[in-house]
Amino acid sequence: MSSLYDEVAPNPGADTPVRRVTIEVNGEKRTVDVEPRLLLVHLLRQGLALTGTHSGCDTSNCGACTVLFDGSPLKSCTMFAVQADGHKVETVEGMGTASGLHPVQEGFKEEHGLQCGFCTPGMMLASKALLERNPNPTEDEVRWALSGNLCRCTGYQNIVKSVLWAAEKMRNDQPQEA
Amino acid sequence: MSLDEIKIGGMGASRRRVEDNRFIRGKGKYVDDVVLPGMLHMEILRSTVAHARIKSIDTSAAWEVPGVRLVLTGEMMAARNLAWMPTLSYDTQAVLATDKVRFQGQEVAAVIADDPYVAKDACAKIVVEYEQLPAIVNPTQAQDPSMPIIRDDKENQPTNKIFEWEIGDKERTDQAFADADVVSTIDLHYPRSHPSPMENCGSIADYDRATGKLTVYMTSQAPHIVRAAVAMVAEIPEHQIRIISPDLGGGFGNKVPIYPGYVISILASILTERPVKWIEDNTGNLISTGFGRDVYLQGQVAMRKDGKILGMRMHTISDHGAFYADAQPTKFKIGLMHSTFACYDIPAAHLTSVGYYTNKAPGGVAYRCSFRVTEAMFFQERMIHAAANDLGMDQAEFRRINLVKDDMFPYRTAFGFLTDSGQYDKCMQVGMEAIGYDTFKQEQEEARKRGKLLGLGISTMTEPLGAGNSREYDIIGIKMFDSAELRIHMTGKAILRTGAKTQGQGHETTWAQIVAHELGIPADDIVVEEGDTDTAPFGMGTYASRSTPVAGAAVAMVARKIRAKARKIAAHLLEVSEEDIEWELGRFYVRGNQERGVTIQDCALAAYSNIPDGMEPGLENNAYYDPPNLTWPFAAYFCKVEVDAETGVWDVLKFVAVDDCGVRINPMIVEGQVMGGLTEAYAMANMQYITFDEEGNCIGSNYMDYLLPTAWETPGFELHEVVTPCPHHPIGAKGIGECATVAGPAAFVNAVMNAIEHTGVRNVDMPLMPNRVFEALQTGKDVSGMPPVKVG
Ligand code: FES
Ligand code: FES
Repeated sequence: MSSLYDEVAPNPGADTPVRRVTIEVNGEKRTVDVEPRLLLVHLLRQGLALTGTHSGCDTSNCGACTVLFDGSPLKSCTMFAVQADGHKVETVEGMGTASGLHPVQEGFKEEHGLQCGFCTPGMMLASKALLERNPNPTEDEVRWALSGNLCRCTGYQNIVKSVLWAAEKMRNDQPQEA
Repeated sequence: MSLDEIKIGGMGASRRRVEDNRFIRGKGKYVDDVVLPGMLHMEILRSTVAHARIKSIDTSAAWEVPGVRLVLTGEMMAARNLAWMPTLSYDTQAVLATDKVRFQGQEVAAVIADDPYVAKDACAKIVVEYEQLPAIVNPTQAQDPSMPIIRDDKENQPTNKIFEWEIGDKERTDQAFADADVVSTIDLHYPRSHPSPMENCGSIADYDRATGKLTVYMTSQAPHIVRAAVAMVAEIPEHQIRIISPDLGGGFGNKVPIYPGYVISILASILTERPVKWIEDNTGNLISTGFGRDVYLQGQVAMRKDGKILGMRMHTISDHGAFYADAQPTKFKIGLMHSTFACYDIPAAHLTSVGYYTNKAPGGVAYRCSFRVTEAMFFQERMIHAAANDLGMDQAEFRRINLVKDDMFPYRTAFGFLTDSGQYDKCMQVGMEAIGYDTFKQEQEEARKRGKLLGLGISTMTEPLGAGNSREYDIIGIKMFDSAELRIHMTGKAILRTGAKTQGQGHETTWAQIVAHELGIPADDIVVEEGDTDTAPFGMGTYASRSTPVAGAAVAMVARKIRAKARKIAAHLLEVSEEDIEWELGRFYVRGNQERGVTIQDCALAAYSNIPDGMEPGLENNAYYDPPNLTWPFAAYFCKVEVDAETGVWDVLKFVAVDDCGVRINPMIVEGQVMGGLTEAYAMANMQYITFDEEGNCIGSNYMDYLLPTAWETPGFELHEVVTPCPHHPIGAKGIGECATVAGPAAFVNAVMNAIEHTGVRNVDMPLMPNRVFEALQTGKDVSGMPPVKVG
């Protein structure tokens, strides 16, 4: 499937450069035309209408724009869309399936890990990446892994609990080795 | 058989939040997520200097940029009588500057273009020529007659003073000081702080010339107040204005004021006949919107040798920035500052206040605070700390001698508030036991021998939440009541709307729990809507912890009206007289025959299909609730820290919070509010530093300079609860959203001071950054945080 992103400059002058890029977003290949200066976060939000990725600061400080880039957390306001050409991006919209939630999503609801919800997509993706490389983190390891993501509502304690809840669930769901 | 209230998600259930279902899927709808067909994008050009005359603005190059539709300046606003707008405190504020700029970051021009990047490009092409004037960055400079008058736009404004105000009994207080054995004094600065919700402000204005209707999506905590204000400013009739406040990414008081950006986007939409979206960037938010605090707090207490406080006096000097724009109840110029010392039994008190304009962004919003009570309680607990030390008395003992006792309620404070309930001493006991108070002094001494500096700080307070009653509380004349409207559908499902506006507090979850408690309809069967002025009943919005005390009460009251009608329907269905009907959760039955009954759902169906003769069909109603009094939650916080003498860095070893917020609707959400509030308290005490240099440049205009705590720095909190129901609130609740931010800072500061005051230092102003603590340790002298700061 392709989507032509033409919102950046509706009447681009002859000197407005446009680059065609192909990015795998939540498992689907998307081909889009972008201005080279377009930030990845704006491509996701405006071009692809994936508004679950938020923009809080645009200075790489808040983490509201965190996505998984080839599986690792990345602040999508730090990267141009053209730099993502040929790579895989996962956003919050790709975390669950139509029928089920990812354990991290369940954990955030179960342990009241969110209030206004603005930081939540970024927090959950950073958490998911942590649990993929460390299925049994300590509280300190969770806090360190999330220290690039700001939250103004929760005070983090319940976010930590949410991640530990998800870790346990994911461990229990693992098929036991014979 | 009666229903199990917890199972239907009623009061006391830690019901998981319904709003989470969309947020965890990335399906929340914040202002920036809204896209309207044909929408244009607006960017604001801000002043680079703090105080200057505008000599010229050249926008010609901006107009040339392809994709630009409109460039607006103050002159063009003035032509439509929109260069200035009224504030929520009877002052005026510039929408786009015409004559002068009065703070760095002030709105000077705006570009509307097809694309946000293009709008930014064009903004950069606007040339503004300034003639700089001296910048005033604190109230001392504001009083200096050689400094310029900031508000020379106003008649009758010969100085930079905004107001002078006093309350209390001066004579009695003077007498108390004359009678005192010991007088203790303190002098503090509560620095500016920025609420910094994760989502910045923004709006999408959509004016439809064909219908004359203006729809504005907006980051507002109080959409109905905005509707009224827009009707006044833009001369569009109120019924043609629809303000929609969608999901908000936090507010904390930052989204109460009406900002120039909203107004500019409205005019831009009228002129372009297209929807216009304005999304503020983070620096714009930090340097131009709703700062809190910035007030000098000076005071004294008069005491007997045995520790009894005889009186207190206080003087505040507040810095409001260039426009007096912080919404405060009209009668009270410095908010509810006079709630200070409300938890202590003090016979005499007197407060004087003076407020000044400075060349800073408008300040003084109630940052997670019920109108200046954060400053009031910080002063109180720092004063109490100093007074106990001056008397040589134990901190806990001194508080326990002076706290209002359980049998003294209702208690009239020296400033005239009526506190109505609480178990202050019990809260103290719970906290002291949890922190290990009795063994601490020994621990501290032993640690000191090993070169370690430990400190323990206490902060206790009761705060006035839930303004108003409407006799005393209004904002620009609009009385502070609130509302709820409830419709029960024929299948027993329901929709509830209120005049409040959730920003993360979870109203969609908790309001349904109140209805479940009153009617026995499962909370999952009730949908809650807020924030759309075309559908929600009129209300004053959510701030000052007023949702549960006021709108929450309205929810209970409207449900009771519904129950009263349902009772009549039940009597009809059961063919008995109304007097013979009994209620249990979710069901009416015939007295003496519990088997014979009908459920609330049966009554709902009958309201649409089988009504008694002469009764109006349907089952819906609304309630406007005007509280008889404020509510008074109590907090007792205990903090233990270790200060590193080599660096001035301090760590929280343990934090115990005891909160009595009355009846808890949803304990999980209450605890979430406390932990969030404590984190902001910690942030203010430790690192949230945003200040100004001598030229009025804002230091802290991004998250690299303005430090917000992450999961790594933020300590863990141990929470405890005591429950004293509010005697006048329909469900006994008191409000909790702000207690922790209000009482928290003094607990942290008192703890650090306790660790270092053996050096002779009496006060270090917040934030207690390592360099300040280190300086105090080295010199044994106080460290003031008064701007301007030296840079470079
Ligand atoms: S928006 Fe990317 S880190 Fe804040
Ligand atoms: S939940 Fe609001 S910022 Fe984290």
